[in-house]
Amino acid sequence: MAEATTTQASGAASTSAAPGGSPAAGAPGAAGDRPVKIIGIVCNWCSYAGADTAGVGRFKQPANIRLVRVPCTGRIDPLFALKAFEKGADGVLISGCHPGDCHYSEGNYYARRKFELLERMIHHLGIPKERFKWTWVSASEGQRWQKVVTEFVAGVEKLGPREGRAL
Amino acid sequence: MRIGVFVCHCGSNIAGTVDVAGVAKRALSLKDVVHAENIMYTCAEPGQAAIQKAIQDKKLDRVIVAACSPHMHEMTFRRCVDNGGLNPYLFEMANIREHCSWIHTDMPVATDKAWDIIKMAVAKARQLEPLWANEVEVNKDVLVIGGGVAGIQAALDLADAGLKVTIVERETTIGGVMAKLDKTFPTIDCSACILTPRMVDCAQHENIDLMAYCEVDKVSGYVGNFTVDIRKKAAMVDWVKCIGCEICVQKCPSKAPDIFNVGLEPTKAIYIPFPQAVPKRAAIQVDYCRYFTQGKCRVCERVCPAGAIDYEQKEEIVQKRFGAIVVATGLDVFPWEERYHEYGSGKIKDVISGLQYERMLNASGPYGGHVHRISNGEDPKTVVFIQCVGSRDESVGRPYCSSVCCMYTAKQALLTKDHCGMDTEVYVFYIDIRATGKGYEEFIKRVQTEFGVKYVRGRVSKLYEENGKVMVRGSDTLLGEQVEIAADLVVLASGITSSPGAVELAQKLNISYDEFGFMKEGHPKLRPVETNTAGVFLAGACQAPKDIPATVAQASGTASKVVGLLAKDKLKTSPMIAIVGQKDCVSCWKCIEVCPFSAPEKLEVRPGEFKSHVIETVCQGCGVCVANCPVNCISLKGFPTDAILDQIEEVLLV
Repeated sequence: MAEATTTQASGAASTSAAPGGSPAAGAPGAAGDRPVKIIGIVCNWCSYAGADTAGVGRFKQPANIRLVRVPCTGRIDPLFALKAFEKGADGVLISGCHPGDCHYSEGNYYARRKFELLERMIHHLGIPKERFKWTWVSASEGQRWQKVVTEFVAGVEKLGPREGRAL
Repeated sequence: MRIGVFVCHCGSNIAGTVDVAGVAKRALSLKDVVHAENIMYTCAEPGQAAIQKAIQDKKLDRVIVAACSPHMHEMTFRRCVDNGGLNPYLFEMANIREHCSWIHTDMPVATDKAWDIIKMAVAKARQLEPLWANEVEVNKDVLVIGGGVAGIQAALDLADAGLKVTIVERETTIGGVMAKLDKTFPTIDCSACILTPRMVDCAQHENIDLMAYCEVDKVSGYVGNFTVDIRKKAAMVDWVKCIGCEICVQKCPSKAPDIFNVGLEPTKAIYIPFPQAVPKRAAIQVDYCRYFTQGKCRVCERVCPAGAIDYEQKEEIVQKRFGAIVVATGLDVFPWEERYHEYGSGKIKDVISGLQYERMLNASGPYGGHVHRISNGEDPKTVVFIQCVGSRDESVGRPYCSSVCCMYTAKQALLTKDHCGMDTEVYVFYIDIRATGKGYEEFIKRVQTEFGVKYVRGRVSKLYEENGKVMVRGSDTLLGEQVEIAADLVVLASGITSSPGAVELAQKLNISYDEFGFMKEGHPKLRPVETNTAGVFLAGACQAPKDIPATVAQASGTASKVVGLLAKDKLKTSPMIAIVGQKDCVSCWKCIEVCPFSAPEKLEVRPGEFKSHVIETVCQGCGVCVANCPVNCISLKGFPTDAILDQIEEVLLV
């Protein structure tokens, strides 16, 4: 029973956007000129909130990142990053609280061990290490978030979209 | 499964950059989505009513709201769907404002991203399960960290409400910065007359336990059940015996820096900060004590009529339990000597900070209220005030306004005329005058007109000594000319910085702070006195520079929030916690090893057979155990692995 209704429609938005015809939805298989697509996995308390702060401050960023929110970077299995690459992500960004600032005291230390290791061995899987980044952005660091995203996207763009989607 | 998607315009905040009607329409193409609509203001009453109506009419079992950040309105919408008859944890938010419309300008690009974000939310929602909150017993005692005016106000309000309060103050007396002030703006009330009776109230209140000369060492636990280690510093004086007679201070032969008087004059190695101190107890600064540095003296021990001196006293740790914590650690004065070398780096004697001048003006200060030149003791004929020293100055890394300096400078300028005579020349160099409080602008006008204080708009570029005067060289940007004034005394309106140790304390409490060490509120408007850590609240200048009226108002606001929290006998805890699939548990106890909260325990499932079990009320839901379980038998409710992977897959699917 699918049905679209409009409550108090503002009229500000047009309904003419062409479904599926969006620029970022290129096929990873057919790399070419499509925009790169990056998966960001961020902790709820620092980096997700830092991205919020960037939004509130209207700090413009490239639109290539899609964020997955988790409570803590300590909850992130390195497999999540590999899964993203397997499914065709052109880059993976992981960001949490600065050391000492973890909402859960020490979750980010467990994350640090794992991602330090993943960063060092990821090229063995045929993925250049420039496609993977882990960092810290606090809830008040809107500008830092903007910088991290802008620089990481630029780096991945330099490599271009990945050919093929398998690892 | 029947999913409803509600796309918010947020006025033009989202609709200005994202084609909300388009994505709403498109959402219907997603599997399981049976209803989609775009709403002008989803969080407003008609918006919430539309969601509730759709839950009923369309029998929705999952709701997605694509709007602002979950940090903004997740709780609002959880309540909304709950009231609409749906389990609140079957709700998911798609952040297409902060993470999309506000950071992109191109409509097709932003619309495409919003579409992805909505798809991800739908993918996650498919994996959600209904959850029910647990209840946990609440400890009703409150810890107030910091005994300045903010801590005092919060503590008294809480104690009057019937809660047991412990104030932890790291100095030997409560009172904070306000106790150092002479008068308060804009009324020229005596600061001590307002504060000291409140300090006494704290000491005498049956519900307040005053722990001065103590610091918070360690914090564990969670809202309703914090365990705090408090370190009682060694004063080398038995405070039970000490009667505060000050004989030891008078007889002590060793000098030591006087922190309370901002270094104007030395105090003694054994000291009581000021006559109205609460508690009025002596303490020894061992680094300056002749006995501790040279091994002999013991004068204080000989003269003490109470036999209170105890050179063997040791620090001790006291463990206490609390239900809520109020952080009221206040502020410090910007260390201008380190950064303003053009103002003499603190080497010109007659250049002092605003807080030092406050002590000079104060009748109970080191000079009995006699305003004079530090260099020669003469009365000053020309006094120059310089504003924004360590505020609004990016060259010293302080871009923010300290919010009080315009007003305290005006007050000090007025008091200068009052102390030294109306014929004293008083100049104030300023950038802008910020007098936004009640009666503030009128006060500035009065200082300028009635008291004839000369305001010069411009910065001072250099201070230097010449012929026994302090030469003030600056510019008058209104007249467009250079000015040079030969001053007898220069007072710098040194700005506010965060209290030393604020960052370390924030880390102990797991609360956020900004680059300047000010603690971060939950939301500037929605949760201004809460932090993002449940049960930890803020009061006063630890959050941002503010004046006394704003501090007291915030402290009372904080107290009412704490009362609200602790009015309940049981607290609902988040059900988004870890759960062990015991069938697959291999009893490796990795989860017990990594959990920051000791939530997992060994549970005897059959005689002699132990499996991991997460104590529901202890688990905080970080998910560290989930990511570390080698057999993947732990799941985090609300953030199941499948939901995370499905979100990733959804966005990469072509």
